[in-house]
Amino acid sequence: MDQLTHRGIFVQIDMTVNGRACSADVEDRTLLVHYLRDHLELTGTNVGCDTSSCGACTVHIGGQSVKSCTVLAAQVRGADVTTIEGMATDGELHPMQEAFRQCHGLQCGYCTPGMVMAATSLLSENANPTEAEVREGLEGNLCRCTGYQNIVKSVLSVGGQS
Amino acid sequence: MIPAALKYVEADSATAAIAALSEYGDEAKLLAGGHSLIPLMRFRLAVPAVLVDISRLDGLSDITDAGDHIAVGALAKHAEVESSSLLQSEAPLLAHVASKVGDPSVRHRGTLGGSLAHGDPASDLPAAVLALGGSIVVQGPDGERVIDAAEFFTGFLETAISETEIITEVRIPKSGSAGWSFQKFNRRAQDWAIVGVAAVLGASPKVSLINMGLTPLRAGAVESALAGGGSAAEAASVAAEGTSAPSDLNGDAEYRDHLARVLVERALDEASS
Ligand SMILES: Cc1cc2nc3c(=O)[nH]c(=O)nc-3n(C[C@H](O)[C@H](O)[C@H](O)COP(=O)(O)OP(=O)(O)OC[C@H]3O[C@@H](n4cnc5c(N)ncnc54)[C@H](O)[C@@H]3O)c2cc1C
Ligand code: FES
Ligand code: FES
Repeated sequence: MDQLTHRGIFVQIDMTVNGRACSADVEDRTLLVHYLRDHLELTGTNVGCDTSSCGACTVHIGGQSVKSCTVLAAQVRGADVTTIEGMATDGELHPMQEAFRQCHGLQCGYCTPGMVMAATSLLSENANPTEAEVREGLEGNLCRCTGYQNIVKSVLSVGGQS
Repeated sequence: MIPAALKYVEADSATAAIAALSEYGDEAKLLAGGHSLIPLMRFRLAVPAVLVDISRLDGLSDITDAGDHIAVGALAKHAEVESSSLLQSEAPLLAHVASKVGDPSVRHRGTLGGSLAHGDPASDLPAAVLALGGSIVVQGPDGERVIDAAEFFTGFLETAISETEIITEVRIPKSGSAGWSFQKFNRRAQDWAIVGVAAVLGASPKVSLINMGLTPLRAGAVESALAGGGSAAEAASVAAEGTSAPSDLNGDAEYRDHLARVLVERALDEASS
């Protein structure tokens, strides 16, 4: 277990984000999403709601999708966190990002980082989902623009059964 | 919104958690998956001065065969309950219900113990534990006690656990070949149940109701009707008796009473088919 270190009213946060070791002192109440956006300036992870419902803030912790607005940064000390900024390698989009581009899986793009993170987590648990499984697997991610059709198409084009 | 200022402490064992709860008293709250507590803290509906994080402690999330029952660690996540082959074969209702909670990201964090301790009448897992006749193991400064799920939920978001106790395990009797069903009625994906029903037709049939009162509850009138030899339709017709359904934006109490009767009948039909 990672040592819990307080300095005054701050708690020391060490974690790996997108493969890079990061360290900062933050207030105990800091949510993971705010740590990522405000301290690490990884603003690809969005905040879309106040109720843990929209999924715009979805990141991976140890490879699994998590709503980063509903986790304290202190709770995931030592964890391996991936955000949308960590998906492309050497300037090449991740296949899921490329699929969203090809299939026009976004309009305004606000939900997209969360959609991509949730979709890749889904495929890591179920490499060959049916259309219904993709729709259910993305039920925690809301899109106000696209009507989901092309989002589902994007995901199916990477790993689906049709 | 951002939670109010708080002090974060971590417990590396159940004993350490109990010690922290005893030290900080009613200022402190346990933090497991955080998927009920953190949303409340963001709205400042919960303002704990101290959070005692148990989400990282080892050894309280195993799912094991304990002879006549399955022992599920309090920190087992919904996703782990959903995918446990042991639960899928010995108490399939629980694994199935876990798969219907929220969405995959919620299920990656939320825990069975947290769901029971929160005791929300609209939540799914308490209904499953009630219908399976489960019990809840809690540990406190005076040792361990085992509470029957039917006695666990005492009021709105209130349970039989005291402020210095922690749930360590949930015991789920094996349901063998008993028929079962789970009916969750909602209008949109990911939503909570407007009304829900869980049923297990074992030696003494058990039926529980979601969102039909101040607590997760057993459908006493339905169970008595079944015990007296009543048909599914007869038993379902009394589903709302003894309940006090809430009225809200999703529907009024009368509508919920109707849903309870319809869903209980569907559940009994499915469980006995
Ligand atoms: C978007 C969203 C959708 C959801 N949809 C559903 C749904 O459809 N159905 C459903 O049933 N639930 C739903 N939930 C709730 C979810 O299942 C929660 O995870 C669960 O209710 C609480 O578990 P937790 O581990 O997150 O507990 P926490 O939030 O950490 O804790 C909840 C309460 O329990 C106490 N507590 C936690 N663990 C213990 C313990 N071991 N011993 C004693 N006290 C403890 C805490 O102090 C706190 O008071 C949803 C949540 C979200 C955010
Ligand atoms: S910002 Fe996290 S779920 Fe909406
Ligand atoms: S593309 Fe605009 S919210 Fe999804």
